[in-house]
Amino acid sequence: MPPVIEVRHLHKRYGDNVAVDDISLTVEEGEVLGILGPNGAGKTTTVECVEGIRAPDRGEIRVAGFDPLRDRAEVTRHLGVQLQDGQLQERLQVAEALELYSSFYSQPADWRALMAGLGLADKAKTRYGKLSGGQKQRLSIALALVGNPRVAILDELTTGLDPQARRDTWDLIEDVRSRGVTIVLVTHFMEEAERLCDRVALIDAGRVVTVDTPTGLTEQARIEQRIQFRPSRPIDDSLLTTLPDVSSVTRRGDLVIVNGNSDALNAVTAVLAHNQIVAQQLRVEQASLEDAFVRLTGKHLDPK
Amino acid sequence: MSTARLVNVEIKLSLRDKVGPVWGVGFPLVLLIILGSIPDLREPKPEYGGLSNFDLLVPVMVLFNLAMLALVALPTTLSGYREQGVLRRMRTTPVGPARVLTAQLVANLTTAVVAVVAFLAVARFAFGVGLPDNIGGYVVAWLLSAAALLSVGLLITALAPGRGPATAIGTVLYFPIMFFAGLWVPIADMPTLLRNISHYTPSGAAMTAFQAAYEGHFPAAQPLLTLVAYAVVCTAVAIRWFRWE
Repeated sequence: MPPVIEVRHLHKRYGDNVAVDDISLTVEEGEVLGILGPNGAGKTTTVECVEGIRAPDRGEIRVAGFDPLRDRAEVTRHLGVQLQDGQLQERLQVAEALELYSSFYSQPADWRALMAGLGLADKAKTRYGKLSGGQKQRLSIALALVGNPRVAILDELTTGLDPQARRDTWDLIEDVRSRGVTIVLVTHFMEEAERLCDRVALIDAGRVVTVDTPTGLTEQARIEQRIQFRPSRPIDDSLLTTLPDVSSVTRRGDLVIVNGNSDALNAVTAVLAHNQIVAQQLRVEQASLEDAFVRLTGKHLDPK
Repeated sequence: MSTARLVNVEIKLSLRDKVGPVWGVGFPLVLLIILGSIPDLREPKPEYGGLSNFDLLVPVMVLFNLAMLALVALPTTLSGYREQGVLRRMRTTPVGPARVLTAQLVANLTTAVVAVVAFLAVARFAFGVGLPDNIGGYVVAWLLSAAALLSVGLLITALAPGRGPATAIGTVLYFPIMFFAGLWVPIADMPTLLRNISHYTPSGAAMTAFQAAYEGHFPAAQPLLTLVAYAVVCTAVAIRWFRWE
């Protein structure tokens, strides 16, 4: 099956400022693709070009085979969009907004079910201007899904949500995805990307650094595991350093700290078991996507 | 379907904002009642064929109300939507500019219909001002006037860079438009040059058409075609230059 979204050599500048230098991406039917990168990396500009609300300077984009600028009608029919800064009329009520937006589509989703699913049922008669940030965010997710899209682009999905609302939203996204909707998720939350995405595109300075599964990324970054334990009886370092999966052994007091690749833990526990040593207070620090990001781009993600 | 839903929402919002009921209907109606209560204005004047100043002011007030909705309310609302990102949000849906603009036009037109019916009723029953003799001609003239003025409003929205400038342009334009409708000097009393210009303004053409209807004729082609021309040209330019953000 051809990809749902194809971006080839996208380039976009604002005056002298190059927002997107050269980005190529494909999104396959049914997957959740994360677009991850620091602020100003070009994530939002890229998806805005895909949505057809910004004209690229160079490059080619196809959404379900259509050009986002030329074939507005088809693209808007297939694509549900959550904008970072789209607003509604202050005095429009939640239910009115959903009903209105559902009327724009020929085969809309059931807006009442969406409203309930996003925990907005008791806010049906509340005006947009009186909603909290999190409620506005949930409404904007509902509006992205109300047209029953084949692809949904969600920009900064859970920014501004409290942790509980964030987890609820993730559940909702998993539910949407299980119905076969392809999702593009722009985010700078590592946890979100690790939990939801099949593949993650790391974007930095207007270019794609790499595209891989979350696990693949940590492997690509060759981040070592750190295993830490207190042996039940003294142990010779050479027992561990000779293991091919272990790169170094250090000691802090009676703590042994072993660095090594993803198989190191198995090797170490096997050797310890063989020598009838119990690893007390065993702790393993898993490499996170965040570590991978820092390793691959040499940059930290912005904290907020 | 979606156009009907949009119109419905726009009317609800206009009621909640109170822009429609207060500025579109209430304020001009109060003004009409105040003017009607001034005895001098209701003296029949032989030079106006036995009509009073107030009789002549009723159609002017109808235009006053249309111009207020079209030149001030409509551009302010639409360019406000643009600034707040309401249009940007709609742009990602299949709704398209034509339906968004149509909904604005129909919503404002609805307010204007309520207003004109209220005006004519108050003028008739409270102050004894006769209804136009040629009702069909009046309806046609009124609809074309509304179309012409509202499309000027759309044009302002399309060309003005923001909400502030849109309101400013609308308000400034409002004065010459009302001048040529004869709000301050009746068209008949204007110098020839101004009177000729007036015939080719939307408000002047509207007044000429209204007057014909009051006198029992169907309005002539010249004012009606002038109004149609404004409506078609301004709407076409407004759609061509429509900006979502």
